[in-house]
This record gives sequence, structure tokens and C-alpha cells, in this order.
Amino acid sequence: MSAVVTKVQGFAQAAPAALMSRTIPDAGLRKHYRLDQLFRHVTRFFAFLVLLLLAGILLSLVIGSLPSIRAFGFGFFLTSEWNPVTEQFGALVPIVGTLVTSAIALLIGIPVSFGIALFLTELSPIWLRRPLGTAIELLAAIPSIIYGMWGLFVFAPVFATYVQPVLSSTLGAVPLVGVLFQGPPMGIGVLTAGILLAIMVIPFIASVMRDVFEIVPAVLKESAYALGSTTWEVVWNVVLPYTKVGVMGGVMLGLGRALGETMAVTFVIGNAHRLSASIMVPGNSIASALANEFTEAVGDLYLSALIELGLVLFFITFVVLALSKLLLLRLARREGRMT
Amino acid sequence: MNLYTRRLLINRFNLAVSLLTMLFGLFWLGWILFTLFKAGFGGLSARLFLEMTPPPGSDGGLLNAIAGSLLMGAAGTILGTPIGILAGIYLAEFGNRGWLAPVTLFINDILLSAPSIVIGLFIYAVYVITVGHFSAWAGTMALALIVIPVVIRTTENMLRLVPDSLREAAAALGAPQWKVITFVTVRAAKAGIITGILLAVARISGETAPLLFTALNNQFWTPNMNSPMANLPVVIFQFAMSPYEDWHKLAWAGALLITLCVLALNILARVFFQNRTATY
Amino acid sequence: MNAAVLQPTEQVLVQKIQVKNLNFYYGGFHALKDINLEIPERKVTAFIGPSGCGKSTLLRTFNRMYALYPKQEARGEIFIDGEDILSPRQDLNTLRAKVGMVFQKPTPFPMSIYDNIAFGVRLYESLSTREMDERVEWALRKAALWEEVKDKLKQNGTSLSGGQQQRLCIARGIAVKPDVLLLDEPASALDPISTGRIEELVHELKNDYTIVIVTHNMQQAARVSDYTAYMYLGEMVEFGVTDEVFIKPKKKETEDYITGRFG
Repeated sequence: MSAVVTKVQGFAQAAPAALMSRTIPDAGLRKHYRLDQLFRHVTRFFAFLVLLLLAGILLSLVIGSLPSIRAFGFGFFLTSEWNPVTEQFGALVPIVGTLVTSAIALLIGIPVSFGIALFLTELSPIWLRRPLGTAIELLAAIPSIIYGMWGLFVFAPVFATYVQPVLSSTLGAVPLVGVLFQGPPMGIGVLTAGILLAIMVIPFIASVMRDVFEIVPAVLKESAYALGSTTWEVVWNVVLPYTKVGVMGGVMLGLGRALGETMAVTFVIGNAHRLSASIMVPGNSIASALANEFTEAVGDLYLSALIELGLVLFFITFVVLALSKLLLLRLARREGRMT
Repeated sequence: MNLYTRRLLINRFNLAVSLLTMLFGLFWLGWILFTLFKAGFGGLSARLFLEMTPPPGSDGGLLNAIAGSLLMGAAGTILGTPIGILAGIYLAEFGNRGWLAPVTLFINDILLSAPSIVIGLFIYAVYVITVGHFSAWAGTMALALIVIPVVIRTTENMLRLVPDSLREAAAALGAPQWKVITFVTVRAAKAGIITGILLAVARISGETAPLLFTALNNQFWTPNMNSPMANLPVVIFQFAMSPYEDWHKLAWAGALLITLCVLALNILARVFFQNRTATY
Repeated sequence: MNAAVLQPTEQVLVQKIQVKNLNFYYGGFHALKDINLEIPERKVTAFIGPSGCGKSTLLRTFNRMYALYPKQEARGEIFIDGEDILSPRQDLNTLRAKVGMVFQKPTPFPMSIYDNIAFGVRLYESLSTREMDERVEWALRKAALWEEVKDKLKQNGTSLSGGQQQRLCIARGIAVKPDVLLLDEPASALDPISTGRIEELVHELKNDYTIVIVTHNMQQAARVSDYTAYMYLGEMVEFGVTDEVFIKPKKKETEDYITGRFG
């Protein structure tokens, strides 16, 4: 009888360790208990490794940046000069480039993703939903180097020939806004990189939006229809406010991806350490600066400046992705409470 | 125009725009895939798989790059998968008490989407500098660090899907917890876990940034893991950014190869998962 | 409560809704079989019957709510004020503005209490701010909710209790001044006190609206309605004045259900 009781107790994880091994009379059961403990410790170690990894990344990046931090201090973020010869480095151009390309990506990506999510949840015939959803997810699966090559060899020339002249002559002539669209139609540049990024983040944002739209209770939508609302009115006035936390989470996820995207941006951004008000000229992003210059960086300060750039990028993306996770967790908790 | 007509028009307009966005997304997908096939297909020949990367101006293939990618990809997967599965087991099976599991899951999901170039930077700072040179081992480690979060996430998800009644049935027979987990729960989630591994492999097949400053590149082939090793993504990067036309052709062929691989793995993962998932 | 209506032939009853040979299908499943029914104006009609008998299905044909779902189909004719609403020419939105619905689960929209009420009104009427304020107050008074929320109109609708939320939904439904109000088990998710309040509300509202209420609670039907329809397995078994249906039912099946011989 007591053997059965202790077997069950061994599974319940309730009793403190020392008490357990003293109270298990059977040697075979003791062995099982020790194996259980071993298994638990081993798996816990590997789980802990993830935290160690994060700490390791932060630590190594900080240590690597120290020479640069000591040399340039806070001015690092405000200088646009980037001269390997005189060893003067400033992060302003890459940081601005990263932020601007991501902003363009979101400006284009959010409305398009919303439209796609709306289509998939309200308009599309049922049999089309799966294949269309898969097609959009394929966009996410295409490796970024493919986007880069396509962007450089196919998109950029077309963009330079057909779109950029139109943009300069129409929007470029508008006061205030026009200053964004100056410059020769080279095809590559900040705007091209932003558009490429938009295409790359659309599947992420659209998928999250579609998922949260789908869990809106049917009764809520029916209530709005019952008052005589059109489909658009139901989505805009009921579905969207209901899911706004999840939508924000999806947008932050897309932003996090856009900020860190390397290869696609490297191909088309032009790698120019020059600050300009126009978005149609070449520029630089943190990731593309790293990709282009790291292997050829000579000199400890150069290397350290690049590592500091990497630290900045990691920090920004970490914060954005953490926010995204928190928002999505909040949504999940609320769903759990309401169902 | 009265209120009602205006509402109907707004409705119709917005729904039409929604259709347009769907077509917009499909348009880019189609264009990219079309270009890829058109530019890369011509380069797909036996020579691609039989000859090494050439210097500019001569003919060649991508043998060393393909071999390098396969080798490092396999090594990275072998290194990262057990770690990922074991960690995933902890998070799903022992994660109900304490702070470690929720925090780890949170951090893991962030690492999943974090820029992979930072992973390369990390391995560079920690390993490459220490040993003093680029190497395939460094590349392998970087790839493993990308595999781990993917495998952790899918393993944890799949294990959580296994109903508690299964675990309780095993425990009721007197099985110790480690046996319940390894012989029953993990086995039940096997299909999902394998799918996760396939997805991780698909992910690292196309990753360039982490290899840029770890494995670097190599014009020749050497199975020595302690030296820089050629790999498809970095070779494509180098060839595409160069001014040489024949290098461009090889780059497109390589790009097509990678994409076909990634798509095939994704489809395989999907089909495998649907066929093998047990229904409870 | 229904004593005044024992002799229906003495009053001139206008039939608001006339259902003729209605059949309803969920895909291949024949859910409503040849329903013929007339719902009198400004009275409360209750649909009762065991689970799955089709009472909610029938209710939802009156505002064509089923049209949201592709596999659901209605055949036959339903005349509201003489017009066949099942005709393809019938505009769904205007129908639903005329025929309001309150659901089993309270469904406040994710907006303020004021906006919840104003939402439906804004769809069809352009009112000035003062007129809208008046309409909101009127609807909330009618729903017996005004006193409780008049100081917190800007608060989110979800911050109210379950019973209050349901009264909010009723106020929302009334605010657009429909002709018909469909209530699909409006009190089944509420506690007995809130239920009592809802029932009082229904009693008052029938002076101005035609009300059709679905309920699985027979006692509620007996308390609240003037007319009762008993349905079983998709068929209309018996329809008549509530007191007669409950005290002296014409069909044996009705009697069996009412006396609890089966549930």
C-alpha cells in the first residue's frame, strides 16, 4: 500500500527533496527519483542557456564597444561623419537610415496588411482562405538575400525608370514634402530599401492581424450587423477596436523585423555615409553598414565603432520586440479571461 | 447623396481596396518568384553541382559553396536541435512553477525575431577573436544559435498540445516523470517537433548575415572545419555585388537553389505535420 | 397579465409579420419545415420548445441574420408590413434597421456607453449633438438604465455588470426606433434579479414595438408573452394565445412539453 502512495507522490513534485529520499524505502524507486531529478536539472540547464545567451550577447557587445564608447561618448549618436582614415566615427547616418527605412516600411506595410487581413477574414470565399494565407506566408519564407538580389537587379532599375521621375516631378514639386523626393533617379536608396522592407514585413503584420480578427466573437459582429451596419462599418467600428492590442503587437513585430533586416537592405540602400533630407538618395542602415564594412574594418577603433552600432541595433530591436510580446500576452490574457 | 447611399459607397470602396491589397501582396510574390526562375533557371546545370566557384571571367559552379552550406547547416542543426528540444521540454513540462520558464519563453521569442547579424557579431566577439581566425566551426555555432529558438518554440508549443490525460494515464501506471515525458509525451508530439526542426533548417538555409563574419568565405574547398568555408549565401552576396556578368549568373542560380530548398522544406513540413499529427 | 387578451377576436389584430411556407436549411440539414405563422403587431410573441427545435433559427430569419453565413438558406416568404423580406431585392441593411435584435450574450461594443447607443442611430440619421444626447437619454430611460449610467456615459460599455450590459444592448436596439424587436434568450445569461428587470422591460416595450422573444424557460414565456408558439424538431406545432396554450393546449405534443413529460 505504501509503495503505491510513494509512487504517486513522486510524480506530484510536492514534497521537498530531502524528505523524499529519506521516506522512499525501495531502492528501485529511489533510483527513479534521482533520475527524475537529473532529468529536470539537465533540461533546466538548457533552458537557462537561453538567458545565458542573451546575457552573453549583451556582454560581448558592450565589451567590444568599450573602446568606441570611451573615444566618442555620447557624441557618437549625433555625429554624421564616418571616416575610417581619420578614425572619426558617428552613428547618426546609420541610425537615421534604420529608422527612416523602417518608418517607410510601416507606412506602406500597415495599411496593406490591414487590407489583406480584412480580405482574408471577411471577403474571401472560404475555400480560398487557406491557399491565400499560405501564399502570403511564402513571402515571409523567401530568404532576405533573394529579396536583396531581386531588389537590386529587377526592382531598382524599374523603379528608377518608371516611378522615381514621376515622384520627383509630382511630389517633389510640392512645398515642404517635396524636399523628401529630390535627387536623380538612381533606383537604389532609402526609399527603395523602405519599399523592399514593406514587402518583407507585410506577411508578419498581416498574419497577426488575421489571427486576432478571427477570434472576435461572432455574436459581437452579429450585434453590429443587426443594427444595419455594412461590413466595413463592422470591421472599422467593432473588430478593429476590439483587437487593437493584438494589432499593435503585430505592428511592433513587423517593426522589430524591419529594424534588423540586413541583406535585402544592404543590396539596395547604396551604402553611403551621407545624411540627406531626401529619401530618394543612397544612405545606410546599421545592419547594412555592418554587413558591408565589418570584414574589411582595419583598426581596433573602427571595429569597436561597428560593434557599438551592433549594440545599438540589438538594444532597439530588443525593446521593440519585448513591447510586441507584452502586448500580445495582454491580449491572450484578456481572451482567457473572457472565454 | 443621402447618408445611406454614401455608407454603401464607402463600404464598397473599402472592400474593393482590400481586394487590391490582396492582389498587391500576390503581385510581389509572383514577380519575385518569376524573376528568380527566369534568371536562375538557365544556370541550373550539372556543372553547378560539379565545379568549384571560379575566379571572375571563367566558368564554374557552386560545388564548394553548396557543400559548405550543407556541412555547416547539418552541423548547426545537429548542434542546436538537442539543446532546443531539451530546453523546450523543460519549459513545457516543468514550467508551471517559478519564474524561469515564463521569462525564458519571453526572451526566446524575442531572440527568434532578433536580427541575425547580431548573432554573427556575438560569435565573432566570443569565438573568432579568441581563436584568431574565421572558421566553419564559428559558422556552425552561429547557425546553431538560430536553430535553437525556433526548435524551443515549436517543441514547447507541441508538447503543450499533448493532453494531460495522456500524461496522467502514464503516471497512473507508475511510470516516473522522466519516462512519462520521454516515452509518452515527446513521442506524442513527435510529428510537431520534427516539423519544427524542418522549419529551423529552412530558416538557416537562407541566412547570410550570421555567416558573414564567422565562416566568411573560401574560394576553394577544404573539409577542414577550422578554416573559413565557402557557403551559398555569402558566395551569392559576393558574386551579386561584383561587376562581373558570369558571377551574376552563378549568383542567380544559387539564389534559385536556395529558394527551391526553402520552399520544399516548408511544404514538406506542412504536409508532414498534417499527415502525421495524431488526433485525440 | 394576459387577461385582457382572452378573446382575441374582439380586438382588431394587425399582423405585423406573416410567415408563409418557410423552409430553412443548414447545408443539407432541413432545419425548419413548412412554417406558417402570423405575428401580431405590438404584442409579445414567444417561441418555446426543446433545444434544437428551430426557434432561434426562425427568429433569425426575421432579420436575415443567416445571410452572413454561406451555407444557410431560407426558402418561402416572410412578409413584414406586406413586403417579402426574403426577396433578393430586399436591402439587408434597411431591413435590419427596421427589425432589431438582442442576443443571448450581452455584446457591448468596445466604445463608451454613449457611443454604443449612438452607433446605430448615426448609421441612419444625422442628428445634432443635442438631438443625439436626447435620443441616448430616451433609449437609456426606456431600457431602465438611465439612472445607473447617466454620470458615466463616457465610460466603456464593458465596464458594466452583465445585467446592465444586456439592458445597454436593449437600449442600443431601441435607439434606432425599429418596428420589431427580436429577443434571442435575452435573460438566459443573467441572474434572477436582472432577469426580472428584463421581463418588466419587455412588458413596457410592447406598447410601442412588436416583440418576438425566444426562450427555453417556459415560465418566462408564460409571464411575459401574449402569444406563444411551440416548436418541435423544426415544425410549428401550436400557436395561440399564451394562456390557452399553457392551460388548455390543443395538441397533445404541446401538453407533453408543457407538463414536463420531456424536456
